Amino acid sequence: MIAIVNYGMGNLFSIYNALDRVGAGPKIIADPKDLAGADGIVVPGVGAFGSCMDQLSGFEGVLRKAFDDGVPMFGICIGMQVLFEESEESPGAQGLGWIEGKVVRLPDGVMIPQMGWNSLAIKRPVQMFEGISEGDMFYFVHSYYGLPKDRSVIAATTEHGVEVTAAVVKNNLFATQFHPEKSGAKGLKILENFVRSTRC
Amino acid sequence: MLARRIIPCLDCDLQVPGGRVVKGIEFKQIRYAGIPWELAGKYYEDGADEIVFLDITASHERRETMTSVIKKTSESVFVPLAVGGGIRSVEEAREVFNAGADKITVNTSALKRPELISEIADKYGNQAVVLAIDAKRRNTPEEGREIVQTPEGPCWFECSFYGGREFTGIDAIAWARKAVSLGAGEILLTSMDRDGTYDGFDIPLTDAVSKRVRVPVIASGGCASPEHMLEVFQKTDASAALAASIFHFGEYNIADVKRFLKERGVNVRV
Repeated sequence: MIAIVNYGMGNLFSIYNALDRVGAGPKIIADPKDLAGADGIVVPGVGAFGSCMDQLSGFEGVLRKAFDDGVPMFGICIGMQVLFEESEESPGAQGLGWIEGKVVRLPDGVMIPQMGWNSLAIKRPVQMFEGISEGDMFYFVHSYYGLPKDRSVIAATTEHGVEVTAAVVKNNLFATQFHPEKSGAKGLKILENFVRSTRC
Repeated sequence: MLARRIIPCLDCDLQVPGGRVVKGIEFKQIRYAGIPWELAGKYYEDGADEIVFLDITASHERRETMTSVIKKTSESVFVPLAVGGGIRSVEEAREVFNAGADKITVNTSALKRPELISEIADKYGNQAVVLAIDAKRRNTPEEGREIVQTPEGPCWFECSFYGGREFTGIDAIAWARKAVSLGAGEILLTSMDRDGTYDGFDIPLTDAVSKRVRVPVIASGGCASPEHMLEVFQKTDASAALAASIFHFGEYNIADVKRFLKERGVNVRV
């Protein structure tokens, strides 16, 4: 079972439909204890860093356990940003901190939010990028981006005034700043790769 | 660098079950083009970067038809969906977001009650609010208007509402600025002078708005060929070009248009 964590932020329709399309048979999970036994966990995200972390707090323990147990996990957009320790968007709010570093605002002078299709520079040829080529475009909507201390976790970047972290990978955890569920066939391909990783 | 987007627009008449896509000429004559979710699916397969649905009947009673169209579409279309037409409150916006829309476009209701923009933006984010403007050239430059230079002389642009049936006296560019300050994350800018004429986008209008506001501008009205899209991307900072008829009636395929643009140096997703 692929679980979509429903922590009350925004609609999960798109991610549900996209996972369903690639054969995941997804389930939307609102109660943390129902996450036990999931083969894969998707953490979507809409809204601001601080309110996301507030809403997510009930899930923090089970998510950490799943991460430590090696359950494949996929964070999307704010679902990627909350993996970091903190964010300029919500000073004082603590992130999950699974990735060292902070989330910073896009530089002045570029269009904020970055909204639209941008191309990937692939830094690590991870399994999630099977069937994805350098320069393929994905759909981004965001004003902040993660800056990891250890740059080796960066799986891909994109360019929007600065080099922007577009995807990170750490053990069984993969996360994208872009929205694979809104990125056409290439986005579905990444989700399909994720679903496959839950079945080995 | 962000790609320039190609956006097909589905003007939906929701007075029949499942709705139907229609196309008006100069906001009047109507032609039938297909079933909304089927056309959306075709455009998605062809490489549309986003799809806009406008309820031309703008009727509260038809909201359920629109939400079912969006639900059905989002089962098989995996690019952003924008939905507009008669959305008057956050409550109504929520129904449409919950059906799978990523963005709401507002026009008449925001002109009548500008706070609607902030209300939706506060709840769903600026990127989720698209302000649609129907702008008409006025060739009588007046004091206090935002003047635009055109080959035909200086002019200003007046906002229309109720689907082009009434005029507001409001300066379109001033309204765009105000809407952005209230939280609109994008402007869908339709030239009423060009809409349905097949003469190409209104370049001075598109250029002026995309230079004077800091959010993406979607050029709309008048597109009849890939050359028109090339022109608007070469001569203005428009982030996207919207078209309806040229795709609806099989004249051009989105994939071919994007290839045409890419070959001529426009950064598009192919």
